[in-house]
Amino acid sequence: MSTVVTEINTTQVYQLYIKADPEQIWEAITQPDWTQKYFYGSRTSFDLRPGGHLHAVAGDDESQELVEGEVLEADPPRKLVHTWRALYDPELAGEEPSRVTWEIEQGEDGVSLLTVVHDRLEGAPKTAQNVSGTGWMRVLSGLKTVLETGEPLAG
Amino acid sequence: MDDDRVFKALSDPTRRHLLDRLFERDGRTLTELESELEMTRFGVMKHLRVLEDAGLVVARRSGREKLHFLNPVPIRLIHDRWIDKYTERRVSALADLKSELEDAG
Repeated sequence: MSTVVTEINTTQVYQLYIKADPEQIWEAITQPDWTQKYFYGSRTSFDLRPGGHLHAVAGDDESQELVEGEVLEADPPRKLVHTWRALYDPELAGEEPSRVTWEIEQGEDGVSLLTVVHDRLEGAPKTAQNVSGTGWMRVLSGLKTVLETGEPLAG
Repeated sequence: MDDDRVFKALSDPTRRHLLDRLFERDGRTLTELESELEMTRFGVMKHLRVLEDAGLVVARRSGREKLHFLNPVPIRLIHDRWIDKYTERRVSALADLKSELEDAG
């Protein structure tokens, strides 16, 4: 194993091409029936106005709150900015809220470029650690798969 | 972001070194990256461009600076497509062998 000590990256950038229209990607990000298929099974609801809230919930009665945040900017189907506070772990819930930016660019041949930036993580080092690596990656590869094939990622 | 570009980008030691530097600390300027390599600014720029074309590095403006970020998604997709598939079969072949031997014994 490598013994390189990595600093906590307070800005994380993820980018991928998805064979879908910006409108479809926007729907998949903001509608609970979609998020359930790729966001660790959670149903995320957005009040898509600046100052509006978002809640990601799980469980049969949706009683388990996983993430909450406040919408900072909503420009469908191009840009969505919101704060992020993870509630699935008390240690993470105690940290400062961070920020997530979704940018969708229309490309050629029905392919769009999705960029997700998770930043302002200075006050949330444990959250930064938690979402990096497979955290966001699993969500984004799941989003790509569900949009391109209609089926959720297995496993 | 096609596989060919990613494999080609990863085939060069300087570019892999750049990715490792970004893995350690993300969001660096060209000047910072250049200072750690025995290479001209132009050379580093060229390598960064190949990494950007492959989607492995994403450059974003922050005020007057252009910062370079490691984008791990293409490597993940390669992993899902190429690594998982073959390692899984290898593992299950070993598991089959084990059960065959155990059944025989």
